[in-house]
Amino acid sequence: MYVAVKGGEAAIRNAHKLLADRRRGDRSVPAIGLEQIVEQLALAVDRVMAEGSLYDTELAALAVKQARGDMIEAIFLVRAYRTTLPRFGYTKPVETSLMAIERRISATFKDLPGGQLLGPTFDYTHRLLDPELAGDVAVEVPERRVESHEQTPRVTDILGHDGMIESDGDMPEGADTGDLTREPLSFPLERDLRLQALARGDEGFLLGLAYSTQRGYARSHPFAGEIRIGEVEVELEVAELDFPLTLGRIRVTECQMVNQFKGSSSEPPQFTRGYGLVFGQSERKSMSMALCDRALRARELGEDITAAAQDEEFVISHSDNVQSTGFVEHLKLPHYVDFQAELDLIRRMRSEHERRHTENNGTQEAAE
Amino acid sequence: MSNEHSGATPAAGETDFGRKAAMALLAQATVQELTQFWGQWADKPRVETLRGPETGLVMVRGRIGGGGAPFNLGEATVTRATVRLGSGAVGHAYALGRQGEKVRLAAVFDAIWQEPVHRRAVEDAILTPIAQRLDDNLEHRRAETAATKVDFFTMVRGDD
Repeated sequence: MYVAVKGGEAAIRNAHKLLADRRRGDRSVPAIGLEQIVEQLALAVDRVMAEGSLYDTELAALAVKQARGDMIEAIFLVRAYRTTLPRFGYTKPVETSLMAIERRISATFKDLPGGQLLGPTFDYTHRLLDPELAGDVAVEVPERRVESHEQTPRVTDILGHDGMIESDGDMPEGADTGDLTREPLSFPLERDLRLQALARGDEGFLLGLAYSTQRGYARSHPFAGEIRIGEVEVELEVAELDFPLTLGRIRVTECQMVNQFKGSSSEPPQFTRGYGLVFGQSERKSMSMALCDRALRARELGEDITAAAQDEEFVISHSDNVQSTGFVEHLKLPHYVDFQAELDLIRRMRSEHERRHTENNGTQEAAE
Repeated sequence: MSNEHSGATPAAGETDFGRKAAMALLAQATVQELTQFWGQWADKPRVETLRGPETGLVMVRGRIGGGGAPFNLGEATVTRATVRLGSGAVGHAYALGRQGEKVRLAAVFDAIWQEPVHRRAVEDAILTPIAQRLDDNLEHRRAETAATKVDFFTMVRGDD
């Protein structure tokens, strides 16, 4: 017999009221505004957009505020929101070669056309806490340098001219672009679906896996061929107009990882590549994504699959932090009946165990 | 005025912007700009809203390796609207974000722009200032980024 038990409505209501209170905190401290979050916690907003898989700075800021700064909770909120909206279509692929560049570096070529542009980076800071930031000190206006416009070709295109590196990834002729928000994943995946999953995957999980490839689990000897951050134009084709419409601009981070490859029977020795593309400014995530992308190409490149980072099903099935947190955290929910059943089972096993024990002792005594 | 925004070709003779470029500029306008332009617009037409403003999503695509086959990067919010003027001209607008009023006004100005008698006025009063602001922003950012360019120099070590 199954007996449904109800209860806890008042407790839940009061818990949520308490949550709202604690979220607001000390009322003598001014409430934080969404504009402040967008402007001053911009990289938190970027992470929520990337892993929430929804580009909208204001919504991401709202999610950060509502989640009290809990990033995965904020990402969850954004994912839930996106299910409430209709889909107008698929954009044309963004052209990262036409990016309005805000940062662009290469660890493989010192003197590349367009130069090394450091942009607003944490690199080369000393990682010392700055007590001045505790107050509202006036910040200096950044330096400016007016230059003639120099082209900034992709490093991979420069290498590509010599045939030293494989070309940008192609898909089989006539293949439809996979969309994991429309079709459930079924392994093995094509690279387009893997990249979609990685682009929304958890930064920490992908970072750990990327690190594992550097430490010898699926060694791929990577170089950061190029990282670029900046704005790209988004265009959409719509039925009512016969030209693609410009919807606006979004900021993205792109990473071209360049890796060694000894060649195979059909391919000459050349550099191979891993690719990372992420919403917002997130170098760490795009680099991790590129390293994981390369590791996951083991099957395609005929490499031995020996490490976790090369195991597509393992990586992709566990990279989504909303799914992961859902299953891990569901353990908090009442499992009273399940547990009662387990408890009964253990009791029965124990009495069985004790009965056998007594019987054995009895036989032993009789034998003596 | 340049046409570098979205590279659309201007219609013959009387215009600096093609419709694609005009719509791109309207999409990147701020709600403050469009509200102000609408407030200043003499002889406002009668406007009937045919669709929206409504917010939805587009799936933004990237390319494998930057230039290869497409893949789905993630979604973005988009708002669209369609209006019809008293003259019968129909205007559309789509823009990133969720600003309904901005997009409705963008559709209104798209419709007005399509009427040859008003095209010049829309371009001078609205599109040119928006384009100017976008260009200035771009130049400003470019100059700030350029100031962070690494100028390598070689340390010459004397061997003798």
